[in-house]
Amino acid sequence: MTRPVPAAAVPAAALAFFAASPAAADSLGGEAQRQATNWPAILMFAAFVLLTLGITRWAAKRTRSRADFYTAGGGITGFQNGLAIAGDYMSAASFLGISAQIFADGYDGLVYSIGFLVGWPIILFLMAERLRNLGRYTFADVASFRFAQPPVRSFAALSTLSVVLFYLIAQIVGAGQLIKLLFGLPYPYAVVIVGLLMTLYVLFGGMIATTWVQIVKAVLLLGCATFMALAVLWRFGFSPEALFAAAVRVKTGLASAAGAGASEAAAKGASIMGPGNFIKDPVSALSFGMALMFGTAGLPHILMRFFTVPDARQARTSVLWATGWIGYFYILTFVIGFGAIVLVATDPAFLDPAGALRGGGNMAAVHLADAIGGNLFLGFVSAVAFATILAVVAGLTLSGASAVSHDLYATVLRRGRAQARDELRVSRVTVVLLALVAILLGILFEKQNVAFMVSLAFALAASGNFPVLILSLLWKDCTTRGVVAGGTAGVLLALLLTILSPAIWVTILGHETALYPFSSPTLFSMPLAFLVIWAVSRLDRSPRAAIDREGYADQRVRSETGIGAARAAEH
Amino acid sequence: MRDERLARAAQDPRYRALVRRRGRFAAGLTLVMLAAYFGYVLLIAFDKPLLARPIGHGVTSLGIPLGVGIILLAVALTGLYVRRANRDYDAVTAALRAEAGE
Repeated sequence: MTRPVPAAAVPAAALAFFAASPAAADSLGGEAQRQATNWPAILMFAAFVLLTLGITRWAAKRTRSRADFYTAGGGITGFQNGLAIAGDYMSAASFLGISAQIFADGYDGLVYSIGFLVGWPIILFLMAERLRNLGRYTFADVASFRFAQPPVRSFAALSTLSVVLFYLIAQIVGAGQLIKLLFGLPYPYAVVIVGLLMTLYVLFGGMIATTWVQIVKAVLLLGCATFMALAVLWRFGFSPEALFAAAVRVKTGLASAAGAGASEAAAKGASIMGPGNFIKDPVSALSFGMALMFGTAGLPHILMRFFTVPDARQARTSVLWATGWIGYFYILTFVIGFGAIVLVATDPAFLDPAGALRGGGNMAAVHLADAIGGNLFLGFVSAVAFATILAVVAGLTLSGASAVSHDLYATVLRRGRAQARDELRVSRVTVVLLALVAILLGILFEKQNVAFMVSLAFALAASGNFPVLILSLLWKDCTTRGVVAGGTAGVLLALLLTILSPAIWVTILGHETALYPFSSPTLFSMPLAFLVIWAVSRLDRSPRAAIDREGYADQRVRSETGIGAARAAEH
Repeated sequence: MRDERLARAAQDPRYRALVRRRGRFAAGLTLVMLAAYFGYVLLIAFDKPLLARPIGHGVTSLGIPLGVGIILLAVALTGLYVRRANRDYDAVTAALRAEAGE
């Protein structure tokens, strides 16, 4: 079943032979045995899928209106939404990708985590309450509040779709690798299963199902990660220093085993305690930092979460809970990653004959679960990690679909005269289409590191949605033309620089050197967006520009006080 | 074109005071967060060895307490804002909304 690689087949057969004696099975615990006795994983996985389908069924009965479908009727509390946001955020990229990053390079993984987190306070201070006071279903409601609807909505929808697609690919790749490892299913089948399940959730359960799947998974994941981190720390007498020291020893040992001299190996081992291999030059560091911080504030599926709560106060509360849970989770991930270095990197059970991690680099946390809790816990963690991906994928798909149905179809195409029923139908068709595209791209991008793909999504969001949203909220003289031109310029430059960057130009397209040598485009693309919005708005003398500027006063008062913002539940 | 209720609220001295106070507080917190984070990123960009330097006799480097500190700072600033907003700003916006007939 597992696309047998000849080189791997021999040891696997040998393990199966030894596994005949129980003692040998315990000490070896290798590939052949895993596939045979992985019933706990499969059962827990099945239990989770059943649970979520149950939630979906329950939610489907409650999903009657457009508001129910897009935003759960605005009836989610701040605490619930905070958990759901944390759920959206603790994605496969965070759990698998960051722990894998730490497993490979040590400290660099923490740099990722911090960047992912620091956007949240900014969202709270500048945007969360205003979003709740101005919008209904999508962030485009807010971005286009006082502007000409068709152009701004079209921009917002297209930029949403591109962000969602990159993010989706990352999640789907993670899910595919996970199922492939656990069940021995070929990767494409695994990807198709993910695509089908998430389509079911979104299609029938809308935002209510998506939110509750997200909450259940957030609780499970937090519990799981807490247990793993505690188990790792327990082995080191709850001394982080002892854990780090052991990790440094392991990395030193690996380096000298690979043929490095003593001092070189020691340097290699110590390098995991500081930033290094991943972020090479100052421009990449800054650019990357900007993408993570401001990208959060432009992610459509995250912004959409602020419309699921009844008022500004609950929006605020959601951010506090979300920030707390996410911060806690990232600290756990750090411990888990270092734990994996010590417990996984030296254990031949988790490595293929070439010394690489079985199942791909993203599987460090999953192997660690096996190392500390055995097969049963491995099953549980895998089911949770898979649930994580499903839930995030559902949230992403929903926001992509509402961009098409609410922004493109209902507002641009039908000029706001669409029947709610037709709008919902368009949304559901889009869900299916998005799932198909995501599955295809997921298969195409199998080998990419998932955290990297997510950082690209962040770069796009930081270069398009974020500047558009922040200037339309806070700058009086901003105009329709400015927003559309600036947002488009930012997104296009981000895309272009990404294609020209080493990850695509060299690694995928096979050119000699990258035309854009840095790993993230944001340092250039985000300022370009701001600059173009500013310049075009300033020069804009059109009649529409006058309306845009005049609309600011009302928008401002409404965004600050919530006057005129009827509760979402009443729509 | 303009909404009467919004225009009236805009003239209200309490509204003006709220916007000024909240704006200043939010901007201050934003600056603190930006400074802390980009300070950290600049350290990564220009002085990696500093972050990699052990803080005691062991291997734990300066970068670890700094990094974890930024995570804690983000949560703390968020909590600070929410507390202030719940205690202080909400009363004003509620009064303004009530007078606007909501």
